[in-house]
Amino acid sequence: MSESDDLKQNDGATKTVTRRNFILGVIAGGAVVSAASYRFLAPSRRQLPGAGERLITLYVNGKSRRVDVMKQETLAWTLRYKLGLTGTKLGCDRAECGSCTVLIDDVPYYSCSVLTHTVRNRQVTTIEGLAAADGKLHPVQQAVVDEQGFQCAYCMTGFIMSAVGFLKTNPNPTRAEMAQGVSGNLCRCQDYSKILDSMMRAAEYTRRA
Amino acid sequence: MAVIRDVMPAFDLLQPASAVDAQKLLETYGEDAWVMAGGMDSFDWLKDRIKKPQVLVDLSGVDELKGIRTSGDGVEIGAMTTLTEIAKDPTIRKNYGLLAEAVEHVASPQIRNQGTLGGNVSQDARCWYYRGGWPCYRAGGNECFADTPVGRNREHAIFGANRCVAVNPSDSAPALIALDAKFVIQTPKGERVVDAEDYFLGPEVDITRLHILKPGDLLTAIRIPSTWAGANFYFEKVRDRNVWDFPLMNVASAMKVSGGNIEDIRIAVNAVAPRPMRLTAVEAAVRGRPANATTGEMAGKLAVQGAIPLQFNAYKIPLMRNLVKRAIGGVQETTWTS
Repeated sequence: MSESDDLKQNDGATKTVTRRNFILGVIAGGAVVSAASYRFLAPSRRQLPGAGERLITLYVNGKSRRVDVMKQETLAWTLRYKLGLTGTKLGCDRAECGSCTVLIDDVPYYSCSVLTHTVRNRQVTTIEGLAAADGKLHPVQQAVVDEQGFQCAYCMTGFIMSAVGFLKTNPNPTRAEMAQGVSGNLCRCQDYSKILDSMMRAAEYTRRA
Repeated sequence: MAVIRDVMPAFDLLQPASAVDAQKLLETYGEDAWVMAGGMDSFDWLKDRIKKPQVLVDLSGVDELKGIRTSGDGVEIGAMTTLTEIAKDPTIRKNYGLLAEAVEHVASPQIRNQGTLGGNVSQDARCWYYRGGWPCYRAGGNECFADTPVGRNREHAIFGANRCVAVNPSDSAPALIALDAKFVIQTPKGERVVDAEDYFLGPEVDITRLHILKPGDLLTAIRIPSTWAGANFYFEKVRDRNVWDFPLMNVASAMKVSGGNIEDIRIAVNAVAPRPMRLTAVEAAVRGRPANATTGEMAGKLAVQGAIPLQFNAYKIPLMRNLVKRAIGGVQETTWTS
């Protein structure tokens, strides 16, 4: 059976079990169980101030999305666990590694260190929003593919978002300027030389696009 | 300490739209409120469950606290202006390049995009015992864990220690002191304007905070007079990594030179003491002398008089001597590049 046939069959099936959905199901089941037992143990627990969620509208990748967000929730959390945009990675969760980088109004931010409620009226762009609607990759993505820039690539989406943001402010950087531009991202594979090769090609593709 | 990756504990999030509202909220909630500017300092505390405020007052929606405007003969920078905006501003770059250079050396590009000037000068100490939730003096206890024979104190103070040996970690603070900036604070009793050097507190005055803001106070703007516009500036920051790291030490100086002689000078060093140190003795000693290596040498020796190193930070004494020497006499040696 070819891959496309397989996909078609999956589309038609009513119960498709993917790895991600399976894991999410297990997590949700566990949460229900533990929440129920907690409730049983402490029925009169007073709700903390601001513990509730609020339905807000976020502008993510050009679409408006309605989502329930806790007041203390970070943007990375909302993107990954509420909106399913798992391309944004959480590395350190302390603004020290860069793998959660997203663009907010075209400027790179660490989404682990932004409260979702503070970006209600701003445009958020994640790695999922870079490619064109027809599936054509963004020039930076294409450059990474062409140069095979990353090894394990956990940090890749952060690097790509940083580079996209940086190239908007400096479309014609030197290699040193590019290194400075993505200096807020770490790669534990120490693949920096190849990453910079990709990013310099990305600058070239972006200028041409 | 294990890093906690769960959502932060709950708090009430208040998002005022004006400085007056923000100040009123801080006044109403007092000790229970936490002021959040860019959030780069706040989130560590909240995520690690070391500080547990009931109410978070988020200033990101207060537009009047953002932006750079001319004020009198100088500029006024809103406390919520990001470090990237300051580093890129043409007026700041042209007249107050010292500040542009200082903020360009803060942390990483993303942090500069989010971190604000008000937040940078008001950030808390980086001593890891304190940050890790140890019950030290600064946290309200009666012990210092850094100032012991085995305490990790490589980054700590060589001046001004008083029970607590943590240093002020700000990069912009010494630059603002050298530029003779004024800090504008809204208090419950009205507006208060203080000199940059008076904004910072040592442990002998209050061991639990690095700045003079009390609950209910709000830093709204920083004004830089034109007195030092276009002077000879020098900024240097020494740190372990070229990105992210707080300074092991930094130096900022503004100098007016005429006929090869130092007419006037302001110089400040940070990360050597609990508050940024303005070197008034050095300033007085070098005024009228030629701006050269000999004067720099003398200034460096004078600057480190009275330093008391801890177990692992004696290197800060020659470091400070050389940074002050360079700030005044210029860099003679071939610059080391990686």
